[in-house]
Amino acid sequence: MQLADLRGNKQYADRVFSALAVAAAGLVLLILGMIAVIMTRRAWPAFGSEFFTSTKWSTADHVFGALPFVWGTLYTALIAIVIALPISLGVALFITQIAPPVLKKPMVYLIDLLAVVPSVVFGLWGVLVLSQHFGLGRSFLTAGIILAIMIIPIITSLSREVIETTPPSEKEAALALGATRWEMIGASVIPHSKGGLVGAVMLGLGRAMGETIAAALVIGSIPRITLNPFAAGDSMPAVIANQWGEADGPHKAALIALAVALFVITIAVNLIATGIVQRSMKRSRGA
Amino acid sequence: MTATSAYQESTATRRRSDLRARRSWRTTKNDLMTGLMIGAVALVAIPLVAVMWSVIARGAAIAFQHFPDFFTAAVPVVSRAPGPGMGPAILGTLLVTGGATLIAVPIGILGAVYLHEYGANKQLARLVRFMATVMTGVPSVVMGLFVYLIWTLTFGYSAFGGALALACLMLPVVIGATEQMLRLVPSQLREAAYALGTTKSRTILTVVLPAALPGIVSGALLAVARAAGETAPLLFAVGAAHEFNLHLFSEANTALSVQIFANANSSFTASQDRAWAAALTLVLLTFVVTLVARLFTARLALKR
Amino acid sequence: MAAINPPQPQPKPSPTSPAPAHSQRIMVERKSAAQLPDSPVVFDCENVEVYYGTFRAVRGVNLAIHAHQITAFIGPSGCGKTTVLRSLNRMHDVIPGARVGGKINFHGIDLYAPEVSATEVRRRIGMVFQKPNPFPKSIYDNIAFGPRVNGIRDKGQLDAVVEKSLRSAALWDEVKDRLKHSALGMSGGQQQRLCIARTIAVEPEVVLMDEPCSALDPIATARIEELMRELKSRFTIVIVTHNMQQAARVSDRTAFFTTEVDSKFGLRTGTLVEHNATEKIFSNPSDERTERYITGRFG
Repeated sequence: MQLADLRGNKQYADRVFSALAVAAAGLVLLILGMIAVIMTRRAWPAFGSEFFTSTKWSTADHVFGALPFVWGTLYTALIAIVIALPISLGVALFITQIAPPVLKKPMVYLIDLLAVVPSVVFGLWGVLVLSQHFGLGRSFLTAGIILAIMIIPIITSLSREVIETTPPSEKEAALALGATRWEMIGASVIPHSKGGLVGAVMLGLGRAMGETIAAALVIGSIPRITLNPFAAGDSMPAVIANQWGEADGPHKAALIALAVALFVITIAVNLIATGIVQRSMKRSRGA
Repeated sequence: MTATSAYQESTATRRRSDLRARRSWRTTKNDLMTGLMIGAVALVAIPLVAVMWSVIARGAAIAFQHFPDFFTAAVPVVSRAPGPGMGPAILGTLLVTGGATLIAVPIGILGAVYLHEYGANKQLARLVRFMATVMTGVPSVVMGLFVYLIWTLTFGYSAFGGALALACLMLPVVIGATEQMLRLVPSQLREAAYALGTTKSRTILTVVLPAALPGIVSGALLAVARAAGETAPLLFAVGAAHEFNLHLFSEANTALSVQIFANANSSFTASQDRAWAAALTLVLLTFVVTLVARLFTARLALKR
Repeated sequence: MAAINPPQPQPKPSPTSPAPAHSQRIMVERKSAAQLPDSPVVFDCENVEVYYGTFRAVRGVNLAIHAHQITAFIGPSGCGKTTVLRSLNRMHDVIPGARVGGKINFHGIDLYAPEVSATEVRRRIGMVFQKPNPFPKSIYDNIAFGPRVNGIRDKGQLDAVVEKSLRSAALWDEVKDRLKHSALGMSGGQQQRLCIARTIAVEPEVVLMDEPCSALDPIATARIEELMRELKSRFTIVIVTHNMQQAARVSDRTAFFTTEVDSKFGLRTGTLVEHNATEKIFSNPSDERTERYITGRFG
């Protein structure tokens, strides 16, 4: 046996493959980086001081204040959460605590089915049925309802996962003391899952804020800041989608600036939410 | 009776009757809450049923009126005109989604391979994993604008631009799902291959990936279903053409989602009808893809 | 554990398989090539030690493995037998932070020299694992995997290799009609024989076995021990085993490992105590630790 026998010569294919794998993974970083850099650069001219303070949005005068849209985004997302949270929580609790095993799988299927329906179909339904047929009109409320329908599956399935990590011993302890089922839930399931549930809600929030099409169709496209849920309004993704087609240079820059703002806000919310969910899952699994 | 036995008998009687359920505010509250939870479930079912009802009822009428016209005719240029025609949109959806899949799936699988087989807990791997999660949260409209800036501005509207945008949306989902599946492949399989003198790349290609394949396919299909329904990115990259367009790299194209969006805003019944029919087609498409994905997951469960 | 094993029946006569050994008082006559003093050395370990990070798992390993013999590593849990075994085919390379110190010479070449490719090493030194780990592929594809990796594409050649390997592993008759069936449908004992067939399909020089029978029932174990004796003529075999009777039954040479508590840090490090011809280890060991281990187990 010679040393040469053990040298091996097929290193190239191996190295090429691992290089490709690294490149593929690096693409993620590249894309995100490019989004940040390129879009900020294009949006720069619009980032005047007015952008963050003005409530006027006039394409003719080239005055672009972002506030009404930020308001619209936050307000509709808030309405969506207010509607979706109790429903999602109720469904998640039902599936995990009350439903007989036979019902569990079909229910999870039902929820997933809701998640599969494309947002534009919800938007269509919202425009033609909710707002026209039922006369709800285009408003913050209508948008909030549609958004709620869209984020319920996400919040439900995440909440379900978090709730299912409740140790059975804690639940049994409550029941053994003679608690009713609801009391047991309140005593063991909810305190245990609180953190994770907050995270799930925040993830839903992030999704609601970024949802473009459904909002664009039913929000009404009138930029204004008001607490009246029945009023028409506008939101960041909606205005970008609606006004893009006929925008000129500075207008486009302003819309891109809105996109950057939206990007930053949704990323921040998603990061905080993921952090909370992961921390709560880790804590409960380690317990 | 002695005092003790009288006491025993009275407690015995008391205990016997205690076992019957007692109505109290506690049980009422429990029932109320249970009722609320059931109500929540109903509230979830209602929009799903309502939407499906509208889509099927209104969409089927138009889609199957002059079969197969709806699927093959071009979109009427004049919105007011009645009659079918979403053919180009269907083709567009298939082209754009198919193109996005061809781009995103191989890159996504390779990326996940890096994360799990090569990177493990190294700095770069942890950063990429984190950024992939961030990327799943990027709003679709932002992705659309991004592709507009880097592609459409230079090359104009095209199906490829749309495919690019959707691929960016699909990529982090495929990476996440694939990495999960790779984690499930037992290390003993890799060891067996190494012990036979197989290189790492070969082991991954011939042992690890085939073992994880059903799960990977399922994850990819779910990403495809999501991409097929996306509208916003396509608005900025694909345009809204009316004619069939097989060219990937030139000229505006269209897609079902875009058409639904455009027609939803119109006040002409004919356009609205077309929108419903297009919605039906899109929903059927996504449902079928999702169903196939679930079948793969079920097969995976059976094998284990 | 029975202290006295009844005399074993004669196995099917074959030119190289030795007569069975009584496990208690071993006065055995083995007519094996191993007893000839010039069976060439395959592995030569000089002061080998293995580190996981900063933790030294095993140290002080000095031994030689001879061709066409079965060498057994025995000893209590955690004494480093498997660690040393895995260093013989560079399996530690896949564990981050693992390091092999000292020298392991394979036919005079340092296994851990920088120019040496681990992949090439493993083509010549195969391994069978404790728990059978067939690929989730067909029986045929499991065996053909190794040859395919080595470049054999021709179907006729592959068929021949598959049949030869399965026959050598005493599995051919049982599976010849279902070669395309999934390997996962076989019993544990069959799967392990499949793994052996898979390993020898690439015609290695050495077959390392890490407690190959510990997950199997006694009948499957007996079949594999029989297999080992048959394969000895073609390969050099090193086996790690918890079962002393097994070591006494099948091996020509035995190496006894034990753990030592490091006086400085209180950590347990494995070390080689002694190694010699099997009869000598079991009847007249040089070190009293060996004697304690062997007699303790025998009760």
